[in-house]
Amino acid sequence: MMFLTVGNELPFDRLVRAVDQWCGENKQHMVFGQIGPVGVEGYKPAHFEWEEFVSPQVYQEKCNEAELIIAHAGMGSIITALEVSRPIVIMARLAAFKEHRNDHQVATADRFSRRKGVFVAKDEYGLTALLDEQGGRNENVSIEKVEPYAEERLIQTIRDFIVS
Amino acid sequence: MMEPVKQKCVLAIASSGGHWVELRRLRPAWKDCQLIYVSTSKSREQELIEEAEKEENPLPIFHAVVEASRWEKFKLLRQLFQITVILLKTRPDVIVSTGAAGGFFALKIGKYFGARTVWVDSIANAEELSLSGQKVADCADLWLTQWEHLAKSNRQGTLRYEGTVV
Repeated sequence: MMFLTVGNELPFDRLVRAVDQWCGENKQHMVFGQIGPVGVEGYKPAHFEWEEFVSPQVYQEKCNEAELIIAHAGMGSIITALEVSRPIVIMARLAAFKEHRNDHQVATADRFSRRKGVFVAKDEYGLTALLDEQGGRNENVSIEKVEPYAEERLIQTIRDFIVS
Repeated sequence: MMEPVKQKCVLAIASSGGHWVELRRLRPAWKDCQLIYVSTSKSREQELIEEAEKEENPLPIFHAVVEASRWEKFKLLRQLFQITVILLKTRPDVIVSTGAAGGFFALKIGKYFGARTVWVDSIANAEELSLSGQKVADCADLWLTQWEHLAKSNRQGTLRYEGTVV
């Protein structure tokens, strides 16, 4: 199963539509999508099961079960994928398409593209190519498990401040 | 080494979603403190319960406040009110936030009640500090960015880089 997630705040039709099309053409793959507030006018996928929102518990379960996570370039999605050591394909929301208020997700995607197991799609075409490549894998991508904590230096700085 | 700080009361606040995930990764910083978590989704409480059971820690206090973005003035007012009530009731020594609006309110109000305050701007803000992060400049005692090139010192305060949440 692949888990698609776009966060709770905003819809991300460009990503959802691209995944839906890919699913239509690759019926051997199962996708579950958390596609955010689609409302009346938003794009509703035809080729995979989806919900607008899921609880944090279901979210965690889906991430654990998924062999691949597909997401917007949001920190929650990326950090969760790293914590459960699943490969993740991310696509940044762009302000030009009114997908977010600015292009900060581009910088986020760029930063995390250096991590093993994080694959960045520049657009829908890049996404399809990555899904072909990553979805077709028989073996799992090996990813080092990330500790559930921040860097020691940051923790210590805050700790010292709290105690002082 | 980390010394016990049982006497301190820490209020950790973040909106549900990425901000919350970042905040939770800081939790060793307030280990053994008296602890209050605040978020914008009631469903976050469950993971705190599970974790407390697993690690055999006392259950932290949890409060949910309404979710509000910067355009939702009425919800923002409600959120501000809820946070003020929580701060009046709990009187934390230290407030820590990773964002967004709720964290800004907590730091701003908390300061009036004598709390010391920590702002860790989200790692998602690589090009400039978040709007809330800019606004807390005058009320964050420890003001942190997760991007080294954004660290700066100005009249409002010193924005420091001390590492990242991941």
